[in-house]
Amino acid sequence: MSLERSASRIAADISAGRTSAAETLEAHLERIRRLDPRVKAFIKVREEEARRRAREIDERRTRGKKLGLLAGVPVAVKDNLCVKGWETTCASRILEGFHAPYHSAAAERLLAEDAVLVGKTNLDEFAMGSSTENSAFFATANPWDLDRVPGGSSGGSAAAVAAGMVPVALGSDTGGSVRQPAGFCGVVGVKPTYGLVSRYGLVAFASSLDQIGPLTRTVEDAALVLSVIGGHDPRDSTSSPRPMPDFSEALAGDARGLKVGLPKECFAAGADPEVERLVMGSVKALEKLGASLVEVSLPHAKHAISAYYLIAPAEASSNLARYDGVRYGLRASGATTVDEDYAQTRGSGFGPEVKRRIMLGTYALSAGYYDAYYGKAQRARALIKRDFEDAFGKVDVVATPTSPAPAFRFGEKAEPMAMYLSDVFTVTANLAGIPGISVPCGLAMGGGLTQGLPVGLQFLADSFREDLLFRAAAALEKERPFAECPLQAIL
Amino acid sequence: MTGAPTSSACGFEMVAGLEVHCQLATRTKLFCGCANGASGAEANTAICPVCTGQPGSLPVLNGAAVELAFKAGLALECRLAERSVFARKNYFYPDLPKAYQISQYEDPFALEGGVSFQIPGVAVEAGGRASRPPSGRALAAGGASKRVRLHRIHLEEDAGKLLHAIGSRELDGSLVDFNRCGAPLIEIVTEPDVSSGKEAYAFLTALKEVLIFAGVSDCDMERGELRCDANISVRRKGDPTLGTKVEIKNLNSFKAVKEALDHEFGRQLGVLQAGGRILQETMLWNADSHRTEAMRVKEEAHDYRYFPDPDLVPLVAEARLVERVRGALPELPASRRRRYIAAFGLSEYDSQVLVSERALGDYFEEAVKGIPAEAIKVAVNLITTELLGRLNSGKSTIQSCPVPPASIGGLASLIHDGTLSTRLAKEAFARAWETGKAPEALVAELGLVQVSDEGQVKEWVKAALQSNPKAAADLKAGNDRAIGAVVGAVMKLSKGKANPGLVNRLIKEAASS
Repeated sequence: MSLERSASRIAADISAGRTSAAETLEAHLERIRRLDPRVKAFIKVREEEARRRAREIDERRTRGKKLGLLAGVPVAVKDNLCVKGWETTCASRILEGFHAPYHSAAAERLLAEDAVLVGKTNLDEFAMGSSTENSAFFATANPWDLDRVPGGSSGGSAAAVAAGMVPVALGSDTGGSVRQPAGFCGVVGVKPTYGLVSRYGLVAFASSLDQIGPLTRTVEDAALVLSVIGGHDPRDSTSSPRPMPDFSEALAGDARGLKVGLPKECFAAGADPEVERLVMGSVKALEKLGASLVEVSLPHAKHAISAYYLIAPAEASSNLARYDGVRYGLRASGATTVDEDYAQTRGSGFGPEVKRRIMLGTYALSAGYYDAYYGKAQRARALIKRDFEDAFGKVDVVATPTSPAPAFRFGEKAEPMAMYLSDVFTVTANLAGIPGISVPCGLAMGGGLTQGLPVGLQFLADSFREDLLFRAAAALEKERPFAECPLQAIL
Repeated sequence: MTGAPTSSACGFEMVAGLEVHCQLATRTKLFCGCANGASGAEANTAICPVCTGQPGSLPVLNGAAVELAFKAGLALECRLAERSVFARKNYFYPDLPKAYQISQYEDPFALEGGVSFQIPGVAVEAGGRASRPPSGRALAAGGASKRVRLHRIHLEEDAGKLLHAIGSRELDGSLVDFNRCGAPLIEIVTEPDVSSGKEAYAFLTALKEVLIFAGVSDCDMERGELRCDANISVRRKGDPTLGTKVEIKNLNSFKAVKEALDHEFGRQLGVLQAGGRILQETMLWNADSHRTEAMRVKEEAHDYRYFPDPDLVPLVAEARLVERVRGALPELPASRRRRYIAAFGLSEYDSQVLVSERALGDYFEEAVKGIPAEAIKVAVNLITTELLGRLNSGKSTIQSCPVPPASIGGLASLIHDGTLSTRLAKEAFARAWETGKAPEALVAELGLVQVSDEGQVKEWVKAALQSNPKAAADLKAGNDRAIGAVVGAVMKLSKGKANPGLVNRLIKEAASS
C-alpha cells in the first residue's frame, strides 16, 4: 500500500512504473473518505479533477515521457492559495463562491512537476488564528486526539498529512501557521526565508510576513517540495532572485560540527515540562552525534508578540479592505447606499477574530497613533532581526520548542491573548524574515493530560540557510524516527 | 462673469498652489501588463487579476513608467530621490478595487523643481512675484517672466471609473469600468507660488508644453490625461503667515482653473472683508454657474492611514538609469526658444509660435536646413501664415502635413533670390497643399517663375505708363504715391510674374528720365 510511503518514494515508484498515479490517488481518496468525516481537514476534495489528472500523468508515462519531481504525488493545498477555477474561500463567508481566475505560483509549480492536487484544506479564517477554530465553516480535529485542535492556521493541511490522507500539503506561515500545526500534528513543517517562495496567488494576510511552506511526513519530502515551489518569480516583487540551492548534501543529516544555539530567553519562558524535556533530550542527542550546544541570547524576543500583533493586523486591515462585495464573493442585499453596502457585506462576511484584527490594525495605522504603534513595532522588528544576526554570527541553527505546549482542547483558549501567546516561539522568524522548521521530537509522556501527543522542535537559521535547517532536522529524524499517527487505532 | 478684484486694489493677495495629475504615455499600466490608455475602449476589456484587486494578486512595477516619471522629474528641473517608497493610501470607494491606491507619500521620487514661463501683459515686482503694474498699463507682448517652484512629484496608480448612466439612460445602480484602473500617473505638487488665475493658466500651459515635449504624456485633458486641483488662500499683502486654504476640485480645463481661482479669491476676500472666517474645506468648481460650491468640510475628511506597501520594494534611482534618461531628454521649450532667437534671429513671438509644439519646431528646423540665413525669416513667415493657417482651419496636424519641410525651405530660397515673388510662392504652396506635389516642381509646371529680365519688365512698365497717363504725370511731378497704380498695371500685364523690386526701380527710373 502506498499510504505510508513518502512523496519522494511515490514519485520514484510512479516514474519507474512500479505503481500508477491513479492507484496511488485512489488509496489516498479512500483514506480521505474514511477519515475526513471525523478529522474535517478538507473544505473541498476535488476527486474527479484529481482522477483526470492522475490518468493523464499515467498516460504520459505510458507514452514514454519523463515525469516531474512530484510525479503523481497527491497534494492538498490550504484554501488561501489560488488554484485556477477552484473556489478559494480562505474559510471565510465573504469569499464564498469566489473562483480563482488564475493559478498561484505555488500551484503552478506543483503542477509543472506532475503533482496531483486533491483539494483545499481548512484554516482559520484568512489564516488568522492558531487552532483552525476560526474557520467560518467548521473546526478541524487533531488526528492524534479528536478532542483537540490541530493547531493553526494551516490546521487542515497538518491534519491531512498526519492522518495519511496526503503525503504533502501546502500551508502558509505568517506567525507560525505552518510550524505550530506541524508540531501539534507530529509532522514536518517549513517556513522558508521571506522571498524564497513566491506569494503570487497566496491570498494576503500580512504581506511582509506571509510565506508559503510545505507540510510533510519526512524532512526529505519537505526539502523536495520546497525546491519545487521555491525560486524567483517576477510576479512577486519581494521574491528573491537567488537560485534554489540543492539540499541533497544537507539531507545526509551529518550533525558533526553543527553549532546549535539555545536561546536562554526561550527556555526561561516557562514551557510545558514535557515539551522542555523532549526538546532538551533532542538537542542532547544531536550533541552526541557531534553537534555542539551554545547558549545564545535574543534579548528583544520578548517584544515579538506585541510587535507582531501590531504589524500583522495593520497590514491585514489594508489587505482585507478589498472584500467589499463589489467584484466577487459575498454581497449583502438590501443596502441603499454604498457605505451601508460595505457595512452590511463586511459585517456579515467576516468572523469575530478577523474583525478584531481589522479594527486593531486600522487603529494602529491611524493618524496620530502611527508612530506610537506601527512605527514602534517596526523598530522592535529591526531589533529582533539584529538579535538573530548576532546569534547566527556564533551558531548555525537556533533550537527552540515550536510551541510552549502540545495541542490544546477545543475551546480551551477562548481568550484571544491566550491564543496569541501560543505563537511566542514562532513569530520571531516571520518578523526577522528567517527560515524555520518544525520537526517531531517525540511524544509527551508522564501520564498527564497531554500523554501521547506529539511535540515539535523548531530550528531557525539565517536567511537563505534552509540547508542548515534540513541538515539539523535530518540528523534528528535519523536519531529519533518520527512516530506514525495512531489514528487507525482511534477509529 | 464678473471681474475678480485685483490684489493691489484691496491690499490682499492670492496664495495658491496646484496639484496636477498627468497620465504617463506608457504602453501598459503601472503595476500590470494591461494596456494603458484604453479608457475609450469597451468597458472592462483592459483588465486582469492585478488591476481588479483579485485575492492573491501582486503589483509589479512597470520600468517604462519609472523612466517616464524620471524624465518628467528631470525636465521639470527636480532632484531625483535616490530612494523613493510606494505607500498605500487606504479608502473605500467602488472604483478602487483594492480599497487602497498605491502611491508615494513620505518619500516621493522627485523633489524641488520649477517651471519658468512668461505671463502675457504682466510686469514683475522687485520681489519676483508677478502682479499687474500699478498703472494698469499693459506691457508689450512677452510680458513678465515668472517661476513657480515645484514641491514634489510622486508616482501613483489611477482608479477606475463609475458609470451612473449609459448614454441618456439612467441606471438603477452604478457600474464600474476598470480599464483606467492602474494607469500610471504622476502628481506634480507646486509650492504656493501662484498669485492669480492668469498666472495659473500660464503656468499650466508651460507645464503641459514641457511634459509633451519630453514625451512624458500626451496631456489630452479631454481624455483625462491631465487633471488639476488647486489650493487657495488669501492674506494681507506682506503678511508672512498663510491664510486658511480651500481646495478646489473638478477643474476640467486651464480656463476653469483660472476662473475658479479668481472667483474663489473674490469670495474669500468678501468673507474676510466682512469680518468672517475662511473654513478649511474642499469645494467643487461649477463651470456652468461659474461658482465654487462647498463639497465637504476637511475635518470630516478621510484618514488615509498611509503606510509603506509591503508588496513593493523601494524604488532606487540607479545612476546609470538616471544618466540614460537625462541623455535621452530632448531640448525643452525654453532653451529651444532661446536657441531660435540666438541662432536664427527669430523674434520672441515667432519663437513662441514655433516652439508651441515639438513637431512644429522640428519641422521648422528641417525646413531651414542649408538655406541662406536671410531666407530664414521668409521660411518662418510661410510656416506661421500659410502652413499654420491651413492646419488650424483644417484641424489637421503637422505630422499629416502634405508639404515636406524641405519644400518650405526651397520656396523661401526662391523668394529670397528673387526667382519667386511672395505672392507666387503662396500660390505654389497652395497648389502643393492640394496636390501633394513638390512646390518647386509646381513653380516650373505652372510657369510661376518670376520674371527678372530687365528688357521684358521695361516693356511692361512702358505699356503701363502709357495706359495710365494720369499716374505717369503725377510721378513726373514727384508724387510717389502714384506708383501703386503703375505697379498694379505691370503686375496685371505680367500675370503677376514681374519681379516687384525690379518693377519699382524701373518705374522710378522711367519717371525721372
